[in-house]
Amino acid sequence: MKGISREDVRHLAWLAKIELSAQEEETLSKQMADILNYFKILDKIDTKSIEPAYHVREVKNVFRPDEPRKANPDEILKLAPAKKGRYVKAPKIV
Amino acid sequence: MKDDLGLKIGLEVHCQLTVLKTKLFCSCPSNYRGEDPNTNICEVCTGMPGTLPVLNEKAVEAAVKIALALDCKISESMNFFRKNYFYPDLPKNFQITQYDKAGGSPIAKEGLVETIAGIIRIRRIQLEEDPGKLSYEGTIVSSPISLVDYNRAGVALVEIVTEPDLKSPKHAREFLQKLRSILEHIGVCDGSLEGAMRCDANVSLFGGKRVEVKNISSFKEVERALNFEITRQKTMANVAKAEGMETRHWDDVRRVTVTLRVKEAEEDYRYFPEPDLVPITISKEYVADIRKRMPELPDGRKARFVKQYVISEEIAGVLVGEKLLADIFEESLRTRMASNLLGSWLAIDILGYLNRSEKTLADMKFKPKDLAELARKVEKKELTENTAKSVVIKAIEQGKSTFEFAKEGAAITDEKSIMDAVKEVFEANPKAVEDAKSDPKAINFLMGQLMKATKGRADHELARKTIEQAITAGS
Amino acid sequence: MKMQSAWEIAEGVRKGSISAVEIVEEFFERIEKHDKEIRAFITVSKDSAIQQAKEIEKKRREKKLGRLAGVPIAVKDNICTRGIETTCASKILKGYIPPYDATAVRMLKEEGAVIIGKTNLDEFGMGSSTEFSAFFATKNPRNLNHVPGGSSGGSAAAVAKGLSAVALGTDTGGSIRCPSAFCGVVGVKPTYGLVSRYGLIAYANTLEQIGPIANNVIDAALLLSCIAGHDPHDSTSIGENKDYTKFNSSAKKLKIGVPRQYFGEGTQKAVSDAVWRAIKKLEGEGAEVEEIDLKSVGYALASYYIIAMSEASSNLARYDGLRYGFQDSSGARDWSTLFSKDRKAGFGFEVKKRIMLGTFALSAGYFDAYYLKAQKVRNLIIQDFQRAFKKFDVLMGPTMPTTAFKLGEKTVDPLAMYMSDCDTVPANLAGIPAASIPCGSSNGLPIGLQIMATPFEEGKMLNVAKTLEDILGVYAE
Repeated sequence: MKGISREDVRHLAWLAKIELSAQEEETLSKQMADILNYFKILDKIDTKSIEPAYHVREVKNVFRPDEPRKANPDEILKLAPAKKGRYVKAPKIV
Repeated sequence: MKDDLGLKIGLEVHCQLTVLKTKLFCSCPSNYRGEDPNTNICEVCTGMPGTLPVLNEKAVEAAVKIALALDCKISESMNFFRKNYFYPDLPKNFQITQYDKAGGSPIAKEGLVETIAGIIRIRRIQLEEDPGKLSYEGTIVSSPISLVDYNRAGVALVEIVTEPDLKSPKHAREFLQKLRSILEHIGVCDGSLEGAMRCDANVSLFGGKRVEVKNISSFKEVERALNFEITRQKTMANVAKAEGMETRHWDDVRRVTVTLRVKEAEEDYRYFPEPDLVPITISKEYVADIRKRMPELPDGRKARFVKQYVISEEIAGVLVGEKLLADIFEESLRTRMASNLLGSWLAIDILGYLNRSEKTLADMKFKPKDLAELARKVEKKELTENTAKSVVIKAIEQGKSTFEFAKEGAAITDEKSIMDAVKEVFEANPKAVEDAKSDPKAINFLMGQLMKATKGRADHELARKTIEQAITAGS
Repeated sequence: MKMQSAWEIAEGVRKGSISAVEIVEEFFERIEKHDKEIRAFITVSKDSAIQQAKEIEKKRREKKLGRLAGVPIAVKDNICTRGIETTCASKILKGYIPPYDATAVRMLKEEGAVIIGKTNLDEFGMGSSTEFSAFFATKNPRNLNHVPGGSSGGSAAAVAKGLSAVALGTDTGGSIRCPSAFCGVVGVKPTYGLVSRYGLIAYANTLEQIGPIANNVIDAALLLSCIAGHDPHDSTSIGENKDYTKFNSSAKKLKIGVPRQYFGEGTQKAVSDAVWRAIKKLEGEGAEVEEIDLKSVGYALASYYIIAMSEASSNLARYDGLRYGFQDSSGARDWSTLFSKDRKAGFGFEVKKRIMLGTFALSAGYFDAYYLKAQKVRNLIIQDFQRAFKKFDVLMGPTMPTTAFKLGEKTVDPLAMYMSDCDTVPANLAGIPAASIPCGSSNGLPIGLQIMATPFEEGKMLNVAKTLEDILGVYAE
């Protein structure tokens, strides 16, 4: 695995929707490279025949009954920093 | 559309499971229609920190029904994945959906739907949550802000992904119509509700890059949007502008597609297994039990109509194209047999009128048995077919639940009334009466005046006969 | 200062020998006096606490008091408390008032516990020292120049200093056990699935649990008994309601495995000595002790960080400033810019770094090499523990390789900070219960001993903890 370039950092920041300062980009590309380099330790183990442990407990088939329950919409809407009437206000889309 | 365009159309159809009482992962009512913005929400469907999804037990059953109806292979075990992308209508900035790679298993795969224009293969169907709804001040392009309503967020969707087997915009529409009828017959998705069935279309021409058109909200729109997009891509090809991978938005107000985002590369949704939900097993017994309870589907119903009611394949095909239409047909027949007449009224005249006037079957307020009664009267020659049909159309137009042969509107058929009207017309138009003696065309003018005076109610034949006789008598 | 234990308070309140209001006020006095230097609390909820205490007094007359009647409890600020600001020690959630209670909080209230405040943590639980709080660093009550550990540093420090009788922490990779070890208190990370995660603001869903921090084993067991159990709001919760406070203190025939990997090169001699001394004492009481190898544990840290960061990158996507939390008011013209600005100003550097790394580990082309690989390694670790537990009742080792380090010592070197979690993360990956109890000190800084057991054997694990506590005594300065 190659190092993490400034370009890589910018692309990841775009995916993660985080604006970074030039200083942060610089520090991140260094620190991320170190950390990813450490992660390479896993290459030492053969896991070809091993299944991933996506869920640590083998729980299956958990459901909820299809019964409506009225919640507390006003308490939730109150939390939005910008509103227009009962709409949550967001900037333009395109 | 000709094959030499290299046209490829694939659809991703999103069908809300309107049969469910609650959303997919929380207990908010699934019916958000007509509610004030952001009233049908809770901490789960708005993605409040710390909340967790729990699967609606009825959602699996509804999705299995769809899978069976579309001849899909149903997975023995399914799981949920997160599709990570940011968007203002997506409360958690990821969508809980299903995936067919990286250990993912959607509820079903590899089905097919037969249409008149050919078989359409279904790639997969998957359960997922609906995002919220964005609205704009004006159009998506001109609006300085967007307004978010989360009432719809978290409603259960089944996404049906087709292979690129659709041959034309019209074919896409036909497929969607058929799909809607299937879903209505199994009773999981009421396609007549606004936004209950929506689709994204993938279009490519001349082997070019795939362009995704989002926000198509009805069958009519699908044809329009695809036609627009094909013309646009052809024009682009003519001016030799290469098409990049792109996502476009169907602006149904201006009826154009606009760029939503140009894909820098293949979208990177960073799919991974949803850690807050557990795998669901779908046993053979469970599926077999649902299969036993499956209702009659449109294809089967069509065959039965042809056989049982001795009507043509075409009429039967149109009737089962909409569940309500087929229901009305059968409901009508329950009391009176006049199947051919009823079939063609419903399939041709009434449906044609509804389409022209942008109305739906729901606008028909009268009872099917009353319609059947009308058909019986026509068969017994108590009523002309034209009169019956116009009475029916008028009832739909005015939203009336009964057929009206009102006095005011009734045809004037008695000779005395016609004669009186002719006299009045003659007195008002002496020059035309004079002309008519030598020029038969003037008779047409007088007929026109008579119909105008009687508001079109004068019996046509009797009126002409009376005018001709009066002219002859006067010359 | 002799601390009143939670179970004694509850018993006194039930009997009527202690007034709930008075005891709560007493704790607020201590907070006012000491928290200026410790800085354990982000929010102190005095008014609602007094109100709660008054209601308990009322209920006493009706003899309907719960198991935690009148017990002051501090709650880590990444656990939702309805009506009380919950920030995750992040600017992005400053001012956020949850519209609901976490299930664990609801259960505690039903048992009569009184929530006295919300405690500091590393932002979103991402850290091992509580220095990565966006607001301020908490200090170790045993030595103010040292960190309290993290990320539940506020909860552990509050309990250690007697600012709260007990506390809730959360443990994703050691965040209950690390500060418990550093502050000299008892901390329990329950089996994954025993306690509902509903209302725990997610950092890494498949790893974390809410758990108790207390001054003694009985209190920790009592608290755990009150929050354990199945919750229909959490699909991964499968625990049963059990009473963990019935002890049978005996080390006879107890089979203890001691994995060599837990005494790696970074382990301070004082730490390994103290841990071994404690283990030997149990051996002296009749326990059978054997050193073993748990080879895959050496890969746990890398596996843990890849999984935690990946899950975090997705979990923290929701903080965009639209529905709640911080919104940049400079007037971004399009949504994407607004989100990026909200997240720029709202998240601290460590959080950004972990989101970036997680985004990388899940991205196209790298998923198999990182996330998938880490989950496979995780399976090996699970299997290794399963094998070990076929032979042993419990596994023991140090909780942390060192005593509490100095403030600022590791903030500039992220890998060094990550490495300090090497002994705690295996239990999170394996989903097994693990507890840290004080077993000695070095230069006035506490040392924690870690006990691990098989899934849902909290009873057995706490029994061993109680035996050890009976031998060693409750940690005292």
